[in-house]
Amino acid sequence: MSTRLAELKDIGIRFGDRQLLSNINITLHQGEIVTLIGPNGSGKSTLIRTLLDLQQPSSGSVIRHNTLRIGYMPQKLHIDPTLPLTVKHFLGLVRGVNKKDITPTLNKVGIPHLENSQVHVLSGGETQRLLLARALLNRPNLLVLDEPVQGVDVNGQIELYGLIATIRDELNCGVFMISHDLHLVMAQTDTVVCVNQHVCCSGSPQQVKDHPAYRALFGVSGADASLAIYAHHHDHVHDDSGEVVEEGHVHSSSCKHHAH
Amino acid sequence: MLELLMRALLGGLGVAAVAGPLGAFVVWRRMAYFGDTLAHSALLGVALGFLLDINLNLAIVVLCVGLALVLVALQKKHIIATDTLLGILAHSSLSLGLVAVSFLDNVRIDLMAYLFGDLLAISQTDLYWIYGGGLLVMALLVAFWRPLLALTVNEELAKVEGYPVEAIRLLLMLLVAVVIAVAMKIVGVLLITSLMIIPAATSRKLSQTPVQMATFAGVLGCLSVCGGLWASYHWDTPTGPSVVVCAALLFLIAYTLPTRKMAS
Repeated sequence: MSTRLAELKDIGIRFGDRQLLSNINITLHQGEIVTLIGPNGSGKSTLIRTLLDLQQPSSGSVIRHNTLRIGYMPQKLHIDPTLPLTVKHFLGLVRGVNKKDITPTLNKVGIPHLENSQVHVLSGGETQRLLLARALLNRPNLLVLDEPVQGVDVNGQIELYGLIATIRDELNCGVFMISHDLHLVMAQTDTVVCVNQHVCCSGSPQQVKDHPAYRALFGVSGADASLAIYAHHHDHVHDDSGEVVEEGHVHSSSCKHHAH
Repeated sequence: MLELLMRALLGGLGVAAVAGPLGAFVVWRRMAYFGDTLAHSALLGVALGFLLDINLNLAIVVLCVGLALVLVALQKKHIIATDTLLGILAHSSLSLGLVAVSFLDNVRIDLMAYLFGDLLAISQTDLYWIYGGGLLVMALLVAFWRPLLALTVNEELAKVEGYPVEAIRLLLMLLVAVVIAVAMKIVGVLLITSLMIIPAATSRKLSQTPVQMATFAGVLGCLSVCGGLWASYHWDTPTGPSVVVCAALLFLIAYTLPTRKMAS
């Protein structure tokens, strides 16, 4: 077994009288990619914040092993428009960064040409790559990525997941990330943990995909799964390929995707 | 007369040079209302200074710093929204200050001077306070520039990377408190925040990096002081408001004149 980096032990989180998470156990190893999936509001981000010590667990504990060094990529980057900031300066803010590492890291994430651009003008995909670069500059042995492909089109998502896997291979670091779509991350992930207030199921992507708990949560097949989620949460914006969602999941009264 | 003007100029420049760079942080972190609150409470500091017969500058610094600490503590409790909290503290401390001043029968206080500033009334001691406080703030700003900026850009990233986030946030609030305390003599309780945010806002139009924006803000603040004093000397206008009007004019010019390429 490879080196353990961090362990979440019996984590429970309670906001007021609402139990958001209970009995979560996850162990993160060097060189392993663990993907968290779960519906909106299932507590994925909160769980990641707990690992990062940005959120205190109500019960249970987080064990961070001595060698642990985290590179964190937040869900989004909001920088006040009144703050002029270039990509280079943004990356220079990493604590204890060696300025010489900035250019090679930008090369690694595929945006070397943006070094002197203002961060406000970057596209969704470029911003995600910039955030990944910032996480890498912290010289991590564990990358923690909160929806690393947010705001990126499907091709870009596949590329980004590929990039993350490449980085894992190069650095032999652990990766702990949140994804909405099991299908897209399957090829690049070792372990999937399906969370909805508690751990519904976990294992290899194939195991999780076939697991009854996963199917109950996301619908019958993986392709249905991602579309079904979006159909329910944004039931008026899905595209024409929404036809995939036909059988095997229950329509709520607010579900309008047969209307057009 | 010349000596009076020189002192006013020196005092004004000292304040503007440090209020500008710090003002950049106030703008970036949307702390303008926080600054206003501390400024309003400064009048209470003046009243307390007279009542307890202690140095006014000292009383103001202590009160501003104290209020900043109270704010931090109250904010953590999340009892009410921060802007409401600030509004309550700002106006109740200003009113309390005005009420307290009215009890001071034996001292005649020029209230207008404290509300709107009286640059020409600056004493030698005031200058020491301005330059002492100003240098301290400037030194801390330079020393902690990167942590302060990292915190401003994204607090969570800063925390995960190991910056002492809470301490740095407190430091920034204390710096603002000190600047307000020493700047009060120049532009007065009601106009202090403008000396921080107007030059910084103007500077945004001209800057590509945070350092540039902070530096230009200081320079623009100094220009406003010079312009305000000049206007005050020539047309006998009130100095504090003249400085602010000058800063506002620079802002208007920067944002209306066509530029080759706007920094965005």
